[in-house]
Parts: sequence; structure tokens; C-alpha cells
Amino acid sequence: MRLRRILFAAVAVFVILALGGLAWAWMPAIAPISANERPSVDEQTYRRGAELAAIGDCDDCHVGDSGKAYAGGRPIPTPFGTIYSSNITPDMETGIGSWSETAFQRAIRDGVDREGRHLYPAFPYDHFTKTTNDDIHALYAFLMSQPAVRNTVPGNKLAFPINFRPILAGWKILFFREGPLGKEDGKSEEWNRGRYLVEGLGHCGSCHTPRNIFGAEEQSSPYQGGVAEGWDAPPLGSNPILHRKWTADELTEYLSTGWHPLHGAAAGPMAGVTYNLAAAAPRDVRAIAVYTADLSAQSGGADKAAAPKDAKQLAGAFSEIIPIFTGACAKCHDDKIGVGPSRAISLSLSSAIREPGSANTVRVILEGIHPQPGFGGAYMPAFGSMFTDQQIASLAEYVRARYSDLPQWTDVREEVARARQGGS
Amino acid sequence: MTITLQVNGDSHDIDADPSTPLLYVLRNELALHGPRFGCGLGQCGACLVHLDGRATFSCILPIAAVGARKITTLEGLLENGKPNKLQQAFIDEQAAQCGYCISGMVMRAETLLRVNPHPTDDEIRRHMRPNLCRCGTHAAIMRAIKRAAA
Repeated sequence: MRLRRILFAAVAVFVILALGGLAWAWMPAIAPISANERPSVDEQTYRRGAELAAIGDCDDCHVGDSGKAYAGGRPIPTPFGTIYSSNITPDMETGIGSWSETAFQRAIRDGVDREGRHLYPAFPYDHFTKTTNDDIHALYAFLMSQPAVRNTVPGNKLAFPINFRPILAGWKILFFREGPLGKEDGKSEEWNRGRYLVEGLGHCGSCHTPRNIFGAEEQSSPYQGGVAEGWDAPPLGSNPILHRKWTADELTEYLSTGWHPLHGAAAGPMAGVTYNLAAAAPRDVRAIAVYTADLSAQSGGADKAAAPKDAKQLAGAFSEIIPIFTGACAKCHDDKIGVGPSRAISLSLSSAIREPGSANTVRVILEGIHPQPGFGGAYMPAFGSMFTDQQIASLAEYVRARYSDLPQWTDVREEVARARQGGS
Repeated sequence: MTITLQVNGDSHDIDADPSTPLLYVLRNELALHGPRFGCGLGQCGACLVHLDGRATFSCILPIAAVGARKITTLEGLLENGKPNKLQQAFIDEQAAQCGYCISGMVMRAETLLRVNPHPTDDEIRRHMRPNLCRCGTHAAIMRAIKRAAA
């Protein structure tokens, strides 16, 4: 009897959600505007919009072929299939040229496009919904002042029923909470500004918070670590594996340059984030750092970095890989000389080597670290074409054994295979 | 320790420390002076060779890691002892100014033309990005690659 009641309740909830979803699914189109109805933009608003777009990391996803800014078409891998970023240049036919500010505001706040279709939450409106009208206005003014690029992006490759957009209305009922973010009393202005940017436009939780099977962030475990394009996005809250807690000063330097001498370089998807943050307002980056440093209750400063073990002690198990480490890795990761022109830190300071899984260590060996042209910063060659899968796996295990006091990974070979396939 | 390397179609037994960078062996043991020592950190591309056809920095590739994979240097691109089409295009366009990076440039460009025989300017620029030239002969290098692709 009990089972039947549970089943009945489950069916009832499903029906209510489905009906509610259908009622909610329909959103009206907002009338298109012509090119001469666009607002005139003053320099200050434009600059503010540019800084906010940098914090929102907009161009990281919305970048077009050959790097054309905001022209869209970048494939975004998700567990449900591939979503192609849209063209957000003001082109009338293929971009958002016909969008009024009201339509733009609805997309940012509610995840609905001008025509009234629900947007996939790969576009992080679950965070953007917290953005103020003034900031949305500046973003709109900035984007509508970009060169219009005619670029039709490919259609999404999603499986049924995910490819049926109205079901997103149901997703929103379950997981989406609209609305602005209030101020927290007793915290500084800077902290509150940081919170607004981290929780809102910065959408840090999109990668650093784990997601449930519906692709929504787990509200019960904010910033406990997630995944981003196959890379592990480490926890931003307390993270016992770290050799030292990040301070606000260290985070400020790391976020605006992509590198810090005690933590190393931003790699994988985080590299692009720091490249964009370099163009954000310095006081905003500082505010982000202040709030983020406060997410962790860990006490600061303690340096738990393990001294590297003597290679001779490890020679038995790693005799074949040690000469390869010496001839390749140690050219830059030299424990004695310190940081050279590649800005390679001692691997004792690497958080990737201390993480529970080997995903980031494997990927950074395979893909390297490549600064954006003109940005400078840390550099690491991609060793994917130089070393075999076996050699990459052995290198990862060797650095784990030598530069940490943590138990050996068991997922290294799997990760190498997955990363080679470009999979997440 | 003796390590056998397959270079430009020949087999060589090399007696050296297994951590020795391939570049040192190519230049000092085998007298193949196409690849150059530039930065020694895998940043500039002057040392570029092909490892089973893929562009590889030889300055940071320990010989212990090579195994049975085939190495090709600038010298290995010659056809019957004469410059191949790509090498000749670099000569015809006088693409070498100081010349230090050119071997690496040719080796990098070869890996592009093999899979994309008629690249656009943009594709050439993107592909050649990892190789640095400090004396400023980029325009001639572009012309040479386009000449070879014509």
C-alpha cells in the first residue's frame, strides 16, 4: 500500500509539474527594433559594459570562428549533447541586432530569447538573474556597439527530450530562482560587491559547484567543486588538499594575471577567465577576491607544501620515467633554480598534484598552458604529441608520488584515455 | 646506456644518458644542424623536428621517450638531395633573414600543408603561432608557405 501511495504521489507531482511547465512554457515574443532605434551610447557606459562583459566572461563562450569577438558558434560540450553559443553581435539577421533592451534584459534575467523561446542554462541565467538594471543596461550598450558579424551558428546537437525547448520551463520551476541579490548586513561594501559579482555575472558556481543529474547546480553544496570541459574545477570553499589557503591579495594577483608564485598558473578553462578578468575594473577583481577568500573557513597562511622526495628513493618503481622527467619537465620545474622564464613553480606548490583525481595533472601535461597572444604569463608546452599514453600516465603518477604525501591516484590511465578523446 | 633512434630513415645506436634532449644528439652526435638550440624550454620552435610526422620540440624531448618512433629533421625533407617544394619556396622568397628560426618554420609549415594543402592566410597564421621569429621575416615566411601551397 505504501509503495502505491508513493507512486501515486510521484505521478501527481509529475503531472503538476508538466501542466505548470506547459502553462509557463509559453512566453510572448518582444517586438523587434530596427537599427536606428538603438540607444546612443556614451563612453562611460560603454567602458563599464566592457568591464562587466569581461567579468561575465561572455566572449569565452560566445567567441566566433577565427576569434571574432561575440560572433558565436563555439561548441559547448554538456552531458546532454553539444550546444553552440549564439551570435551576440548586433547583426540584424544572425545576431541580436533586433533585440530591444527589454528583450535583452529578459534573456539575462529569465533565460528567454526575444522570440520567446526558453534558453538552455548553458547560458548561466541562473546567475545572471542577479544582475542589476544599470549593469544590464551597460552590457546591452556595449554589445550593441560591437561590429555586427554575420554568422549563422550551427544548430544544437541534443538528444530527445532535451532538444524540446518547452521542457526548460519545467527545469526552471524546479531549479531556477529569479531575482536580485540583497545586501548582507555586517559585511563590508567590498565584500558585498564581490558577492554580487561572484554569485551573479561572474557565474563562478557554473564550474565550481557540483551539478545534479538535471544539470542544475546543487544548492546544498555551493562551491564544493565541479567540472569544466573535462577539467576539475576545485572547491572554492574549504579545501583541505590545498597546501595553503588563498588570501585576498594572492587571489587578486592570480585572477588578474593568471599566475601567482605560490599557486602557479591558471590552466584549462580558468586560463580564459583570468585573461578576461585582466580587462575588468581592478576594484571589481579585488572585490571578487575578497569575497572568494572568505568562502573558505580555513585559517590562512599555513604552508603545508611537501618537500619533494629524493628521486633516488623512487627509482625502483619509476626508473623508466625519471630520465624523461629530468630531460623534459625539470628543464623548467627545477626545484633548486626557482621560477624561470616559463614561470614554472616547484611542483610541491601545485594544487593539481594534490587533487583527489588526476584529471587536471593529466590534462595540463597533454595540453600545456598557452598564454593568450599579447597577454604573457606562464607557458608550458603541450606534451601530448611528444609522449605516449603510457609515458603521460607514468609522469602523472611520478609527480604525485614525488611532490605530494597523498595516496597514489587510481584513475590516471582512464583520464589519459578520456582526455585524448577530447571528452569530458 | 645505448638507445636506438630512427632518424631520417636511418637507424643510429646512441650511447648517452637517457635524459639527454634529442636536439643535442641530432646536432652533436649525428651532425644534423637543421634543428637549432633556441630557448631550450620548448617555447620558440627553433628545434622543431617531426616525431612520427608530428611537430615536436626536440630540445625538451629526452631520447628515452622516443622509442621506435621515426624522427625527421629539416635534412630529412630533401628529395634526391635537393630541397623539396616547401624548402625551395623558402629559398625563392628569401624567407631566411638571420635564419635561426627557419628550420623550425619549415618543419612546422610542412605539418600544415600535409593536411591542408591550400590554407588561408588566417589558417597559416594560426598554425605557425607556436614558432617565434625575432628578426622580423614573418611576411616572407607567409609568402613562402603560400608559394608552396599554390
